[in-house]
Amino acid sequence: MLSKRIIPCLDVRDGRTTKGIKFQNNVDIGDPVAMARLYYEAGADELVFYDITASSDRRDIMIEVVRRVAAEIFIPFSVGGGIRTLQDMRAVLLAGAEKVSVNSAAILNPAIISQGAQAFGSQCIVLGMDVKRVALSRIIPSGYEMVIHGGRTPMGIDALWWAQEAVRLGAGEICLNSIDADGTQEGYELTLTRLISEAVPIPVIASGGAGVPDHLYQVLTVGRADAALIASMVHYGTYTIQEIKEYLGPRGVPVRLTW
Amino acid sequence: MLTPIPDIVKFSYYMSRLVVIDYEAGNLTSVVRSLKALGVAGKVTQDPRVVKQATRLVFPGVGAAGKAMATLQRLGLDQALKDCFQAGIPILGICLGAQIILEHSEENDTPCLGLLPGRTRMLPLKPGIKIPHMGWNQVRFLRSHPVFQGLPETAEYYFVHSYYPDPGETMVLGLTDHGMEFPSALGRRNLVATQFHPEKSGRYGLQLLKNFLSWDGSDVE
Repeated sequence: MLSKRIIPCLDVRDGRTTKGIKFQNNVDIGDPVAMARLYYEAGADELVFYDITASSDRRDIMIEVVRRVAAEIFIPFSVGGGIRTLQDMRAVLLAGAEKVSVNSAAILNPAIISQGAQAFGSQCIVLGMDVKRVALSRIIPSGYEMVIHGGRTPMGIDALWWAQEAVRLGAGEICLNSIDADGTQEGYELTLTRLISEAVPIPVIASGGAGVPDHLYQVLTVGRADAALIASMVHYGTYTIQEIKEYLGPRGVPVRLTW
Repeated sequence: MLTPIPDIVKFSYYMSRLVVIDYEAGNLTSVVRSLKALGVAGKVTQDPRVVKQATRLVFPGVGAAGKAMATLQRLGLDQALKDCFQAGIPILGICLGAQIILEHSEENDTPCLGLLPGRTRMLPLKPGIKIPHMGWNQVRFLRSHPVFQGLPETAEYYFVHSYYPDPGETMVLGLTDHGMEFPSALGRRNLVATQFHPEKSGRYGLQLLKNFLSWDGSDVE
């Protein structure tokens, strides 16, 4: 039986990992390569790196991080943040990442999804979605709207529609981040996660809000997610990945316990 | 004056001629890197002459069967692979490389290499089962094989695919459950293949690759 994946997410700025609360006041918590190795050995099923480097002329730093990570760990990892062109995708994949994640660039230019899928295969292309709860309307019938710039800019695009459109364009996986839940450590957005996961045939990674192992239990059962992204709860040493999996396993969630 | 190369060095070079076949089907970076982590430099090539001189072959790949077969034929790698299989050198197929070794693939209705009898089929669509099958899953090994030695029963391996190989029954070495039980490890004589990616399957994936590197390719039947 396919295991539910537990995926630590590392935000990287100028080659160093950080963790933001609601995308603000980022705190530097270390070297991404050392952290990747640590999580690999601790039983992470996959890793996500999100490059939040502000200036694009410093992207080479991230490519070098990807190359060093790829030499150290032998599980899949994806890289997102600042991926705008096929060339950006190619650089990251050739440096050793398994997948690339496109977020705002895909909203502004949906063709990047189909071009990426064509060039590298759907399995490489992750659609990152930043979603905010809004009032139901004719434009946003699901009550969930796509946002960019860390939630500051609403796009007038319905999240459910966008998820299905991205599948049609060739996305192989969705990383679904609730801006409302992100950084709160009060639990994932279960309604949103279930809505999207049941509407698409591809795997959905839930993101935003994890604080205790039960939050993962909820999103992987009630929320129907295929994987759960975690950050603070492991970055600050509150829980180990093993503790999280040992919470999930006996409760009937299939997880990888041998590594 | 150049010092002549001692025979022993020539011999070890010959022994270590590990070739990774590049037929433009996906990214070979992680395969090469995992071999490197095991201390072996694999030579990545598209040249059928280099493939024919290999003493050990890795045949990876992701992507569509139709395009992959067309590329293999265009480069003359299809015949080189068949020759290597006949010659008895150890071959490891990975993912797409575990599918197009069969006779036919449902994907793009493609005639394939036919190193093993059988067909590649699409995973059935079922409620609650996501396709592609992406993530970690177990393999129920049906019998022992040198390449799968020392792997714990509870170990899991990383999969990402929508089609699965369905070879002749005697060639199925392991099964995996995703909506149905499908063959995830197969082999015959000097050929062994996995639907999963050992190069991305952590410690046990590396163990499998290490086993392959020391396997003499002897018949498993």
